[in-house]
Amino acid sequence: MMRKLSGMLAPVRLVAALAAAAVLAAPLVVRAQEAEIRLEHAPIDVRDVASLQSGARLFVNYCLSCHSASLMRYNRLRDLDLTDRQIIDNLMFSATKVGEMMNISMTKKDAAAWFGPAPDLSVIARSRGSDWLWSYLRGFYRDPKSPTGWNNTVFPGVGMPNVLWQLQGQRVLKEEVEKEASGRELKDEHGGAAKTAKFETVVPGTLSPLEFDTQVRDLVAFMTWMADPNQVLRKQVGVWVLFFLVVLVALTYALYKEYWKDVH
Amino acid sequence: MAATEKLPVTGAGPFNAVLTWVDQRFPLVATWKEHLAEYYAPKNFNFWYYFGSLALLVLVIQIVTGIFLTMNYKPDASVAFASVEFIMREVPWGWLIRYMHSTGASAFFICVYLHMFRGLLYGSYRKPRELLWIFGMFIFLCLMAEAFFGYLLPWGQMSYWGAQVIVNLFAAIPFVGPDLAIWIRGDYVISDATLNRFFAFHVIAIPLVLLGLVVVHLLALHEVGSNNPDGIEIKKNKDPKTGIPLDGIPFHPYYTVKDIFGVSVFLLVFAVIVFFAPEGGGYFLEYNNFIPADQLKTPPHIAPVWYFTPYYSILRANTINFFWVDAKVWGVIAMGISVMAFFLLPWLDRSPAKSIRYRGPIFKGALAVFVVCFLILGYLGTLGVTEGRTLLAQVCTVIYFLFFILMPWYTAIDKCKPEPERVTK
Repeated sequence: MMRKLSGMLAPVRLVAALAAAAVLAAPLVVRAQEAEIRLEHAPIDVRDVASLQSGARLFVNYCLSCHSASLMRYNRLRDLDLTDRQIIDNLMFSATKVGEMMNISMTKKDAAAWFGPAPDLSVIARSRGSDWLWSYLRGFYRDPKSPTGWNNTVFPGVGMPNVLWQLQGQRVLKEEVEKEASGRELKDEHGGAAKTAKFETVVPGTLSPLEFDTQVRDLVAFMTWMADPNQVLRKQVGVWVLFFLVVLVALTYALYKEYWKDVH
Repeated sequence: MAATEKLPVTGAGPFNAVLTWVDQRFPLVATWKEHLAEYYAPKNFNFWYYFGSLALLVLVIQIVTGIFLTMNYKPDASVAFASVEFIMREVPWGWLIRYMHSTGASAFFICVYLHMFRGLLYGSYRKPRELLWIFGMFIFLCLMAEAFFGYLLPWGQMSYWGAQVIVNLFAAIPFVGPDLAIWIRGDYVISDATLNRFFAFHVIAIPLVLLGLVVVHLLALHEVGSNNPDGIEIKKNKDPKTGIPLDGIPFHPYYTVKDIFGVSVFLLVFAVIVFFAPEGGGYFLEYNNFIPADQLKTPPHIAPVWYFTPYYSILRANTINFFWVDAKVWGVIAMGISVMAFFLLPWLDRSPAKSIRYRGPIFKGALAVFVVCFLILGYLGTLGVTEGRTLLAQVCTVIYFLFFILMPWYTAIDKCKPEPERVTK
């Protein structure tokens, strides 16, 4: 019995040694980098159908004139409790059939020549992340030095103007700070130096800051849903699969123990 | 032709007749006995012995899901990215098939790395299992090739630039390098031609070789018999009457039921990832690979998938031009040797004991330090380079190689405990 225990413990001791060494090595790995804007957590819920519907409306109104979502079919929006009729009447501007993809009428070449490259947004929430989109869409400010008159704290020098400016109003960047009010240094999720921006509104928009944030939240929620439209179904199925597998593990364990009773 | 008719099959109820018919024309019963019912495995297998059968399970998952993916995937640079998203969005249950395949790739490496680590723990590569180990190493090489070719297929930014970096390694070879790289790509850059040939390798060439190697790996295993956590030969102690090893139990049913339990636990963990975290925190599916490949836009940070990062770190750790040869060439050589070094283990290890249970403190320490370095190299490979990180990678690379180079010496002087006569429970 003791033998078995020590034999089993050998790997455990090894793992403990590994963990200790990894901890010792960690400070060597971390290195101060130039502070970047800390991304804020996007307060989205991809199961909130009302929020996704509002996001879809914002998306087709404000994004889809320059950006395509060429992997997204209009009538996939039926997943958001919309009927084909509702989709056609309210959400389709350049497309004629409800089974079409969310393409734009500009050719890629024209779009690039007029506005610079506007990436396809079908899976942008998967490459950039929801937190990035949330922080980016709320990071625009007036900058007279920029060709569009707009700049962004998350994406400095971005070619895209603030398309939501009528809703948000116009802001200027007051300062970028690297410390919290309490004097603590700001950190990003990897423990690196981070900073946050303070703005001042010079021309108010049609929405209050809270209403604006709610709209951006809906837009980001929609883009997150669109990047992987099966994500809600996937988790629902997953719960049942796990339930089945837990039962299977219990049964196969009992079977294994039953057979092994006569091994000494 | 058959001089003597074989005995009829019994014990299969209504199937006795048909099985008898087959057995008289095919070595059905003999194969069943040799590889399952009368293959005697040591009775003291522990946790580490699950990963061989699990690797086989993952191979089956990869082949089956791969067949269904191939039905909808288009190996054409202009539509490849969209066809993968088509599978994710439009093909019924396509997302499940694709996530199983992408998670399966990482699961394959997890199983194989743990399976190889088991070999290191218990000296499973030692005589008479040298060839078994070598076949296993070839499986590992095939797996790396399979993963590399497959990773180009989604045609995302990381697919594209990862392939670009790896193929450019061949260009570092003196004299023939640049031409060799063009020959591999079929073009001056990674392009549609490259995608098509990588697809052919991924779905036909490598899987064929892989399956053949798995068969010979198992044949070699069943020829010499399984090692065990005590590292002693159960064939030394046989029942004088039956000739069956005293510490052996028939693989079927004992290890089949045990492995089925292992499979259930594995599937539970696998399902948690597939259904709830298919991106694996950006390690199983890299975020940048959701941007379509763009040959004009090099990403600032190109990281291979996690299972290649230890070797990628070793490649990058070489920053000094030795003997008028470019540091990059040394990096390629070091990376190649770091993988190939495992082939030599059966001859580098001169310890009187096989299992870590009876080895002395030097080997235990060396193995622990080696694993730590391997993990640190793996972690560094996922990050961009800084001066500090390069230095750490260099230290770990040196230790990595010392583990192999010094092995004949430290395993010979290590103070081992006597091995027991019979396996311990």
